[in-house]
Amino acid sequence: MESLLGPAFLTALFAGTLAAAVPLLLAGLGEQVSEKAGVLNIGIEGMMLLGAYTGFVAAWSTGSLWLGFLFGMLGGLAVALPMLILCVWLGLNQIVIGIALTLGVEGLTALLHHVQFSRSYPRLPRVETLPIPGLSEIPVIGPALFDRHPLVYLAVLCVPLLAWVFRRSVVGLNLQAAGDKPAALDAAGVSVTATRAGAVLFTGAMAGLGGAYLSTIGAGIFVPFMTGGAGFIAIVLAMLARGRPLWVLLAALLFGACLSLTTALQVGGVRVPTDIVQMLPFAAVMLLLVAFGRRAALPAALGHPYVRGQR
Amino acid sequence: MSGEAQQGAQPDAAERLTSPARVPSGGGDLARRLAQALLPIVLALVVGALLLALLGRDPLAFYGDIVRRGLLSPLGLQESITRSAPLLLLGAGLIVAFRSGLWNLGVDGQFLLAAVFAAAMAPPLAAALPVWLALLLTLAAAFAIGALWSALPALLKAGYGINEIVTTLMMSFLGVSLANVLVKLPFNDPATTVPQTATLAAADRLPRLFGTTVNLGIVIALVAILAVHWLMTRTAFGLKLRVVGANPRAAVHAGLPVARLTLAAFGLSAGLAGLAGGVEILGVWGNMRADWNPGYGLLVIPLVFLARFHGVAVIGFVFFFAVLSIGGETAARRADLPNYFNLFLVGLILVFMALTEWLGQRWQQRRET
Repeated sequence: MESLLGPAFLTALFAGTLAAAVPLLLAGLGEQVSEKAGVLNIGIEGMMLLGAYTGFVAAWSTGSLWLGFLFGMLGGLAVALPMLILCVWLGLNQIVIGIALTLGVEGLTALLHHVQFSRSYPRLPRVETLPIPGLSEIPVIGPALFDRHPLVYLAVLCVPLLAWVFRRSVVGLNLQAAGDKPAALDAAGVSVTATRAGAVLFTGAMAGLGGAYLSTIGAGIFVPFMTGGAGFIAIVLAMLARGRPLWVLLAALLFGACLSLTTALQVGGVRVPTDIVQMLPFAAVMLLLVAFGRRAALPAALGHPYVRGQR
Repeated sequence: MSGEAQQGAQPDAAERLTSPARVPSGGGDLARRLAQALLPIVLALVVGALLLALLGRDPLAFYGDIVRRGLLSPLGLQESITRSAPLLLLGAGLIVAFRSGLWNLGVDGQFLLAAVFAAAMAPPLAAALPVWLALLLTLAAAFAIGALWSALPALLKAGYGINEIVTTLMMSFLGVSLANVLVKLPFNDPATTVPQTATLAAADRLPRLFGTTVNLGIVIALVAILAVHWLMTRTAFGLKLRVVGANPRAAVHAGLPVARLTLAAFGLSAGLAGLAGGVEILGVWGNMRADWNPGYGLLVIPLVFLARFHGVAVIGFVFFFAVLSIGGETAARRADLPNYFNLFLVGLILVFMALTEWLGQRWQQRRET
């Protein structure tokens, strides 16, 4: 038995942290864009779940992981599209529609899964990693952080990319205006609807990709309800990060650490009931909200449909 | 119309559909309201039928099974009425929250935690006290536990203005897991092999009515929902809550104690959800097994919206859903499908409801201009 805090324990902890953080990171970054533009995307849980399903089915039937990711994104987009039509174009209640889409996808994927896989329960082969030369040979953190699937590196690269978009690009400014003062954006001649529509679609693709990561790289199998609230955690990450992608990454890693603690503790020889460990990320969210919630700033027009000429 | 509240720092997202100001209550065109309530259900059933056909099942046989089992068979009908009790209590709790402009999306956690405490308390209490007193105390405790589990989101909302959608959802996930921990560890009945609480003897449960399998829970639930309707529409307290819900900023300016009213609304709403858990355990199950989570909470939300937060209308929609849910179990088993078809249907009903609402408004606007 390995001693607690030995190299194997730490490697398992770090590796598990990163693995659990990636879907949260992808979905959280997506949600951040949506929230910035003033759309509270409660349906993100459904986007992740459909992405997990379509991603798994595509990866399993074609044998290509990257096609799985593509179809995961398409799955997320398929849920984002009704969200866009109903909430951005027609201005319907974002929360009711978000809950509706999540419930609908939960039912739909559970039914489809039952019809297709309930007898076979197919599993994907273990994914191949891309070790980064040099870095991956560092003891303990090398194999944990620098010997992963390329998608993991890409997800982390999204953080500086989005930070740049938010801070330095016109798109970023437009997004922020759409969330803070949509009328000003409209007056400047930029379509609020188009800006928000783009944001919602981006969220759908990112959430779908996060879901596909969960089912293909993470679990290697699709199970009904497998996202288990990850989408809702992503919403909280985006809220706490106050528009800064780096904070999404840090918070995602924190939750990843909570989630991976079970596996790591088991490697270290300690048995903990899974129910207690499942509570950790949600308890962490509540603690963070109690501690920093007062400063969890949200865009002024979040959750409100934009109607031209109406204050 | 909804401009004033948008200036506030906290997003008053509940405003558009939940504001009673936007919900025509009393008077009005009954036929149109009925159509707006029934059309989403019909459309959802049609799309659901398409999905069933795609899965290679016979939709007519499926829906036929639902009606035969959930409504027409005497035993099924009694089960549907029994199932209505917790749903009605959850609906009553949601009416309080929604009319007060609060999104209490944590009812599942409140329901389950209250259920586990009720299941743990009832057997020893029934052994020590007269049964009626034991039941009464247990139900009171279930109400208190539910209310308690909403205290943190309520305080965060009232004190810091933190969006309650997220906090109630987080507390719900926490509550569901905590309930499981409680069943498996402290409240576990060592006499059984599967993790579950000690079982309350059938004679000590909520009494059954008139020789049927329906228990007293439905009476409690009907009283609760009518009382809540009366409270929210006919009393000063209800009016204050509705003002807070319609426009928190205006409520502050009118001198209303918004923070205290928010706490009260949350407590009442979550307490009723807890009572639902207590009634379900004391009336139907008698014990709680690990990993039992019927997930009623999110399913009742669309019904409450369909009823436009009207207590009497909720009774009708809840009964419809109870039939769907009881009959659906049999129909799904016969069609060799998991019992998740209802989830899909409820999601569709919500989407179509929002759409009909929108079309109705457009239609009225066009008629006015």
